[in-house]
Amino acid sequence: MGEKPIISLQNIAVSFDGEQILKNLNLNIRDGEFVTLLGPSGCGKTTTLRIIGGFVRPDTGDVYFDGKKITDVPPHKREVNTIFQKYALFPHLNVYDNVAFGMRIHKKSEKEIKKTVHEMLDLVSLGGFAHRGVNRLSGGQQQRVAIARALANDPKVLLLDEPLGALDLKLRKDMQVELKKIQQATGITFVFVTHDQEEALSMSDTVVVMDKGEIQQIGTPQDIYNEPQNAFVADFIGESNILDGVMHEDYLCEFAGRKFRCVDKGFAPRESVDVVIRPEDIDVMEPSEEYLTGTVTNVTFKGVHYEIIVDVKGFKWMIQSTDFQEVGNVIGLRLQPDDIHIMKKSEYSGMFGDYSTFSDEMEEDQSLQEEAEREE
Amino acid sequence: MKKAVSRVYMTLVFVFLYAPILLLIVFSFNDSDTKSRTVWSGFSTRWYEQLFQDRMLLDALRNTLIIAVVAAVASTVLGTLAAISIDSMKKWKRKLVMNITNLPMLNPEIVTGVSLMLLMVFAARFLGVDLGMGSIILAHITFCLPYVILSVLPKLGQMDPHLYEAAQDLGCTPVRAFFKVVLPEIMPGVVTGMVMAFTLSIDDFIISYFCSGTTQTLPVFIYSMTRKRVSPEINALSTLLFAVVLLLLLVINIRQGKVGKKREVEA
Repeated sequence: MGEKPIISLQNIAVSFDGEQILKNLNLNIRDGEFVTLLGPSGCGKTTTLRIIGGFVRPDTGDVYFDGKKITDVPPHKREVNTIFQKYALFPHLNVYDNVAFGMRIHKKSEKEIKKTVHEMLDLVSLGGFAHRGVNRLSGGQQQRVAIARALANDPKVLLLDEPLGALDLKLRKDMQVELKKIQQATGITFVFVTHDQEEALSMSDTVVVMDKGEIQQIGTPQDIYNEPQNAFVADFIGESNILDGVMHEDYLCEFAGRKFRCVDKGFAPRESVDVVIRPEDIDVMEPSEEYLTGTVTNVTFKGVHYEIIVDVKGFKWMIQSTDFQEVGNVIGLRLQPDDIHIMKKSEYSGMFGDYSTFSDEMEEDQSLQEEAEREE
Repeated sequence: MKKAVSRVYMTLVFVFLYAPILLLIVFSFNDSDTKSRTVWSGFSTRWYEQLFQDRMLLDALRNTLIIAVVAAVASTVLGTLAAISIDSMKKWKRKLVMNITNLPMLNPEIVTGVSLMLLMVFAARFLGVDLGMGSIILAHITFCLPYVILSVLPKLGQMDPHLYEAAQDLGCTPVRAFFKVVLPEIMPGVVTGMVMAFTLSIDDFIISYFCSGTTQTLPVFIYSMTRKRVSPEINALSTLLFAVVLLLLLVINIRQGKVGKKREVEA
């Protein structure tokens, strides 16, 4: 993985019809990296990808590729290839001709084309499908053809726009592994767009979390999960309990009416902060003076664990535990210093992390809404 | 009983539809002289022979074919381009433009004809030329355009808009991407539009009549023949026209059948 950026976006701003899509975005992507742009729909991640591909021209700011400015270079002259959301295979061509398309445009010899096409089809395990019509392939197979078609062009960077969104869960998991494998085998820089945080965490070297046209945090999956920079990131990546707190001194904070030892430092004395506690880090104990205590108000079985909502003095916590609790039980919550993560206050403070409005129904509504938005 | 009634009814419908054409075909082979045209007096192909010796008529036929081919090709090209830009418009703008292009189709043909004539006469005088082939071709392109747009637009709507981008992504210039990817996708609509424009142009009478000046197209020529005295040549000519249209229809149907089957196999 080289240190010099292969793609560099500098001070990019874009608006459509007066609506600001990207605000002063700066992003460097290193050669050979698997970068994921992660965010809710409408956060500007796809627009960012389309700027790299050359399909959207930024209002201000510049795009650099390998040190050269390419802001005004049209898509067909860029050394990047895209895998589109619905694959965009050419329906009037068969698998072979689809994969050969780019090479034919670049006037490669038929002999060379034949060799590369078969190599690519083998790479995506579609060896025997060369002369199949693309409409006769399943979703997963079409996806593979799209990958082969893009890779056949020998791009320096591959852009993937929610490529797994149309696949069912099982296939999606398989393709995640396969994409990662292909990326490692070819060494090509992947820029991957998704709204699925699990996908982002399991595949990427670097995750770029975006919201409202701005980058919220850039980091490794571990950084993003363990050290979220604000309430938005903490809430979007996994589940989080986010509380108002005060930092008394280094390694000592106060929230929920108690003082806790923690592992964070570098805040001003008595600075107001957001405190993040992941539901799986909380240990359920017998109620006692030592711990926060509360009443169980809701329990949902999730397979690997139970999701337990606990009311502690009006604030509802989410706990993930493999042990079942009855609704109405009074339990103690044990927090250890490294379970507690302190964040600076941000515009997102107070918007997330309280499960008092939590219900399964709402979750369902949200996922339906997201689906509807994606269809648009 | 019910079945029998429906059969009889259907037979009647077909009789009414096709009896006149059948009669026309039969009488185009009638060996009558000019005495009576409704009395059968033996089989002959003399009207066909005479038809192909009639210079005026052959000229008219040639004019009609030239006009139809040029108008069909030109309106297909223009209409396809128009459809592409209409397809890329925003919702309300697109609705507005579609209404403007659809209006001429609903407009009474006589109004279109008269107004086109006025415009042509005005323009011809301005340019110092006479009405003729040029003005007819322009008029035909004008009234064929909406039909081409209407047949191409749905195909564009069905197409994945990312196809065009994907082609550019793989190295095509925008123009090349259009010919390599977009055109093959919308081809069925383009062909339908072209065939429609061709047939509309061939049998148009009213608009041609107003815009033709001294040039004769086939329908205009036939009309002028009937004003003098109806020669059985017309029967022969009409039979030929009918045969050509029938052939075209068959070709289109067989083609569509094949495409449909191919799609089915692929699906």
